[in-house]
Amino acid sequence: MQDTVQRKVVSLLVENQSGVLARVSSLFCRRGFNIDSLTVSATNDPTVSRITVTVISTNERELEQLVLQTERLEVTRQVFVLDDAKALQRELLLLKVAANVSNRAELREIASIYKAKIIDLSPDSMIFELTGKPEKIDAFLRMFEGYTILEQCRTGVTALERGGMHQHMQKPPQEIRSAQLPLPGTSCPR
Amino acid sequence: MLLNGSQIFVEVLCEQGVDTIFGYPGGAVLNLYDELYKNSDRITHVLTAHEQGASHAADGYARATGRTGVVLATSGPGATNLVTGIATAYMDSIPMVAFTGNVGTSLLGRDSFQEAYIEGITMPITKHNFTVRRVEDLADTMRAAFRIAQSGRKGPVLVDIPKDVTSNKCEFTHRQPEQIRTVTTFDEERVAQAAEIINGAERPLIYFGGGVRSAASCQPLRDLVHKAGIPATYTLMAAGVIPYGDPFNLGMIGMHGCYTANRAVSEADVVIAIGTRFSDRVALKPRTFASKATIIQIDIDPSEIGKNVEVDLSIVGDAAYILRAMLPMIEPAKPGVRDSWMAMIHDWQAHDYHPKADPSRLMPHQIIGEVCSQCGPEAVYVTDVGQHQMWAAQYLRHAKSRGFITSGGLGTMGFGYGAAIGAQMALGREQRVVHFTGDGSFHMNLNEACTAVSYELPIITVIFNNQVLGMVRQWQTSFYGKRYSQTDPHRKTDYVKLAEGFGLKGYHCENLAEFQTAFAEAMKRKGPTWIECVIDKDQKVLPMIPAGCDINDIIMD
Repeated sequence: MQDTVQRKVVSLLVENQSGVLARVSSLFCRRGFNIDSLTVSATNDPTVSRITVTVISTNERELEQLVLQTERLEVTRQVFVLDDAKALQRELLLLKVAANVSNRAELREIASIYKAKIIDLSPDSMIFELTGKPEKIDAFLRMFEGYTILEQCRTGVTALERGGMHQHMQKPPQEIRSAQLPLPGTSCPR
Repeated sequence: MLLNGSQIFVEVLCEQGVDTIFGYPGGAVLNLYDELYKNSDRITHVLTAHEQGASHAADGYARATGRTGVVLATSGPGATNLVTGIATAYMDSIPMVAFTGNVGTSLLGRDSFQEAYIEGITMPITKHNFTVRRVEDLADTMRAAFRIAQSGRKGPVLVDIPKDVTSNKCEFTHRQPEQIRTVTTFDEERVAQAAEIINGAERPLIYFGGGVRSAASCQPLRDLVHKAGIPATYTLMAAGVIPYGDPFNLGMIGMHGCYTANRAVSEADVVIAIGTRFSDRVALKPRTFASKATIIQIDIDPSEIGKNVEVDLSIVGDAAYILRAMLPMIEPAKPGVRDSWMAMIHDWQAHDYHPKADPSRLMPHQIIGEVCSQCGPEAVYVTDVGQHQMWAAQYLRHAKSRGFITSGGLGTMGFGYGAAIGAQMALGREQRVVHFTGDGSFHMNLNEACTAVSYELPIITVIFNNQVLGMVRQWQTSFYGKRYSQTDPHRKTDYVKLAEGFGLKGYHCENLAEFQTAFAEAMKRKGPTWIECVIDKDQKVLPMIPAGCDINDIIMD
């Protein structure tokens, strides 16, 4: 088994009801899964929410357990690990940097190279908005090492796979069993 | 018809075939109890001394029958007192539905009197849980709870009902209960592959657990064992599935399992694991567990496949269906083929740990042997947790698939009395139910004696009194240089007088003859009995494989 640290994106389709996030995050906490980011959003089906989790996974077995344990939850409809080659990952960054007359121009230069938008300009600060892959956001942030970051907010990864409907891993079909419950006063057939 | 929430509660219980529930009343469930009062001819409510006892009783009821156990408690402390019982059921995959009252919806989240966020508290120890916020949702939520508890891998479900939901009214229509859902499909190719591996095995071993009982696959398992002539070992959760005395029954595996079973798993070339999770009390050292074997794992829960020990071939599904499909592909045991394997096993059995009788004092195996002789094969045995539990698992002549009720995964001291009450209520007063306990476990929940007295339940409690917290003390003896930290409580409890105080009969025994007489008298009594057996505090549970070790480290004396 390869023990390389990898960032994996797991997509969960869950019932859209209160407490779902608590159930999922409680499970991750209890089982000791290492979560890097987690986002929750509505989907085209109003009864379903999508939770996108990025996991720092050291081995395949741990990732598999995360998927299988999450599948056990009653609120889970589907869980799947996104295929790296096909997955499109995006994150949104809002970054507030201290800026004044002397460095505004150089900050604008960085923003234009990364195609970040300036969405607020105040006498002593600027706010940038940037959308992109997590790596692009990381790279953009590294450009601000010499500046004063006042506040920062990242949404965490949201992701979809290219192409048509994804062939999801599904819960095993639950067939109705012919056997009835044991009658009152009886035990399991001996 | 237009019904209020409490009426709906009773109607859905009846619809689900529930005739007995365990519980304790309180402010938030007054409406429900009022309706139970009016329907006492349809539903028997068993009032315990403590909600924990009620939760263990519901659990014992489920373990004894396979039906869903039901427990009802009030909000706040009533609900939190259920927690240990729910966690116990969760760890052993026992179908149970717990109902809790809560403060009215307008008071939720305001730290109201006797309010507890029980949905959040029990989230990690239930298969699923619900808070019903509208009376319109009550019936379907209850139905879902019963369905979930019995579906797939079974487990406890909690339904929290705020007080106003029990009084508000809505339209109600009766519905037939849904059938149990299980995974009836499985990978047929893998079953064929498994059969091929089993047919070609020279030293095969079946290792099975509580999942076999849950799946009602006891008979197909026995058929497999006998058709293929494969020796089998069981975990604590599956004692009795293959009866005592069966030549292929190797006994229990694990930390306090027998030498033969533990040795066999380490020497086998094929291990067939059925409904079992390779827990750390069995696969004590996962890396060396069954290291010479091709491991085939059958389990209904895909997350159990390879969770603790890597397996070579897995089949996800219901063991009953898989084993039935596999049986025709299994070649009947050919005479001579596995003779050398069986010879090895017989040799290990001859050298296994066998307790020596000592006529001068009471020995655990003698007590248990005597109980079996007097009760016969039909009795149901319930235990608490500790040394007595392991002795009971080792020395009882298990004869019934649901004849041994014990808290395995969570190891809940104080489980026994409540569970015995549940089993006795489920099986009727004619059924012999014997409760084995230690003085430590017994002190945790002996208050339930009053319940057994009120309901005239003829439970015989056999107390192994070694004056100490024996199992912990045994570890302190072996691994902590005999530093007996807090395991010698110096209790002065007089069990005979205490029994009298509760309104039942107690006996004190110091030798086997006294015990024989006391037990024979207890068998004739209508109500509950306690029999205190004084045993040596240095008596150990043997053999033992220390945590994290394997067969090579087994302690035999």
